[in-house]
Amino acid sequence: MTLVLAIVIGLLYAAGLYLVMRRSMVKLIFGLALLGHAANLLIFTLGGLVRGGTPIVPPGQDSLLPPYPDPVPEALVLTAIVIGFAVQAFALVLVKRAHQETGTDDLDALRSTDGAPPP
Amino acid sequence: MSSLVVLPIIVPLGTAIACLLTQRHRALQRALSVAGAALLLAVSAGLLARVSSEGIQVMRGGGWPAPFGITLVADLLAAIMVLLTGITGLAVAVYSLGSIDERREAHGYHVLYHVLLMGVCGAFLTGDLFNLYVSFEVMLMASFVLLALGGERAQLEGGVKYVTLNLLSSAVFLAAVGVLYGIAGTLNMADLARAAALGLAPDLVPVLAVLFLVAFGIKAALFPFFFWLPASYHTPPIAVSAVFAGLLTKVGVYALMRAFTLIFIGDTALTHGLILLAAALTMVTGVLGAAAQMEFRRVLSFHIVSQIGYMVMGLGLLTPLGLAGSVFYLMHHIVVKTNLFLVGGIVQRLGGSYELKDLGGLYRSHPFLALVFLVPALSLAGIPPLSGFWGKMVLVKAGLEAEAWGITAVALGVSLLTLYSMTKLWNEAFWKPAPPTDAGAGAEAPASVPLTLLGPVLALAAVTVAVGLGAGPVFDLASRAAAQLSDPSQYIAAVLGPGGLR
Repeated sequence: MTLVLAIVIGLLYAAGLYLVMRRSMVKLIFGLALLGHAANLLIFTLGGLVRGGTPIVPPGQDSLLPPYPDPVPEALVLTAIVIGFAVQAFALVLVKRAHQETGTDDLDALRSTDGAPPP
Repeated sequence: MSSLVVLPIIVPLGTAIACLLTQRHRALQRALSVAGAALLLAVSAGLLARVSSEGIQVMRGGGWPAPFGITLVADLLAAIMVLLTGITGLAVAVYSLGSIDERREAHGYHVLYHVLLMGVCGAFLTGDLFNLYVSFEVMLMASFVLLALGGERAQLEGGVKYVTLNLLSSAVFLAAVGVLYGIAGTLNMADLARAAALGLAPDLVPVLAVLFLVAFGIKAALFPFFFWLPASYHTPPIAVSAVFAGLLTKVGVYALMRAFTLIFIGDTALTHGLILLAAALTMVTGVLGAAAQMEFRRVLSFHIVSQIGYMVMGLGLLTPLGLAGSVFYLMHHIVVKTNLFLVGGIVQRLGGSYELKDLGGLYRSHPFLALVFLVPALSLAGIPPLSGFWGKMVLVKAGLEAEAWGITAVALGVSLLTLYSMTKLWNEAFWKPAPPTDAGAGAEAPASVPLTLLGPVLALAAVTVAVGLGAGPVFDLASRAAAQLSDPSQYIAAVLGPGGLR
C-alpha cells in the first residue's frame, strides 16, 4: 500500500509541477492545488500506514493496544486541508478578478509589474 | 510558565475582532486599531524585558508537557523580533490613518492588518514547526488580501505572482515538515534539536535541510527565489508595502535562523556553505537590480532583497559574532526599511508620483522632510554613526574573523552600491530642480504633510538614531541573543525541562 501511495504522490507532484509551469492562470491554480494534495498525502504516508486499531485507549486499560496508527499526521493533514481550501478559494477569486481586469489568461502577459514597458 | 508569551498573539487577535465588530463606525475602528497596536508594543516591550531579565520564557498550552502540547517559546531573538513587530506595527497603524482610503477601510483594512500582525507574532513565538506553518498561513492569508485589496490592475498582477510563489513555498515547507515528522516522530523544535543532536537518518537530513532552505528562502526572498518580491511589493498602498517590507521577509529570515541554529547544525559545511553562497548572490543581485530601477518603491524593493543577504550572511558564518551581527542587522533593517517606504509615501503625496523622473525639488520645498529621509537612507547605506554602520561593521568583522574573505568583500562592495542607490533617490527626488509641470496637471500638491504621516516617520527615524548612538547596549542585547542561538542546549532545557537533555 505504501508503494501505491508513493507512486500516487510522485504522479501528483509531477502533474502539479507541470501545471504550475504552464502559462495559463487557471492551470496554475490547479497545479498549486495538486501540489498541496501531494504534500498532504506525503505526510499521511510518512506517518506510517497501519490497518485496524484506533488510537483511543480502550475502557479498563491504561495504554494503547498495538497496532494503532499515529493520530498526529492525520491531525496535521486535516489542518493543512482546511488551510489549503481557504487559500485555494482565495486564489481562485484572485485569478478571476485578474482575468476580468487584464482580459487575459496568459501569465506571460502580466508584465506590467516587472518594470518592463507594456507591449 | 508565563502567560506573557501568549499576549503578543492575543492582543492583535482581540484588536482584529474589535475592528470587525466596529466595521460600521469608522472613527471608533480607527481609534481601536491604533490602540491595539499601541497595546501590542507595550506587551512586546514587557516580554523583552522579562526575557532579558529572567531568561527564556515558555508557555505550555493547557499545561501539557512540552513535546506533546502546544508550546510557545520566547527566547531573546523571538522577543526582539516581537518588539520590532510592535514598533513597526504601531508606526504603520498610525500612518495608515492618513494614507489608506475610505473604501479600503470599509473593506476591512484594519481587521486584516491586525490579523497580519498576529500571524507574524505567532511565527516568532511558536515552538513547534507545524504551528510555524499555521502562523505562516495566517500571515500569508492576511497579506494576500491586503495586497489585492482595492483591486487595481497592478495589484492583481502582483498578487498573482506573490500568491503563487508563497503557495509553492508553503507546499515545500509542508512536505518537509511531513518528512521530518516521519523520521523524527516529533515537530516540537526543542525536541527536534535533541533528536538531531543524537543523530537522525543521516542520508535524509541533508535533503530535508535543503527543502527547508528552499521553503524559507522563498519567503525570505533569498537568491534565486527573490523575483516575486520586486514584482509585487510596490503594487499595494504604501502603508501595506511598508509593513510587508519591514516584517514579512524577516519572518522567513527568522525561520531560517531558527531552523539552521537549532535543528540542522550537523553538516554545516553543506548547509551553511549553501547559505553563505546564497547570501552573497542575494546581496549582489538585489543591489544591481536596485541600481537599474527608476521608481521609488521598486528601488526600495530590490534593496530589501540585497539586505536580506546581510542578515543571512551572519547565519551562514555561524559564529557567535556573526549571529550577533545578523540579529543587530535585523533590528536595524526592519525599522529603517519600513521608514524608507513611509517617506516614499510622503514623497508621492507631495510630488504626485513614485517615478523619479517626475519628482524633484523637494529639498527646496520641504527641507525638513529631506533631512528625515537622509537618516534611514544613510543608515541603510551604512554611514556612521547610524545603525546600519554598526550592523555592517559587526558582520564584516565576523567575516574576517571566520576568514570568509569572499563574502566579506561582497558585503563591502554591495554597501558602496547601496550608497549609490540612496544617492540616486536623494538626487532625483530631493536635490534636482522640480521638473516643469504640465499645464494640465493643475491640481497643486498639498503643501503640508499631515501629522499622521510625519509622526511615524519621525518616530522611526528617532529609533534609528537611538540604535546608532546607543549601539553598545543594543549590540550587547544582540550578542546575548546570539549566545542563546549558538548554544541550543539552553533552548532545549527551557522547553523540555532540565531532564530534557538527557
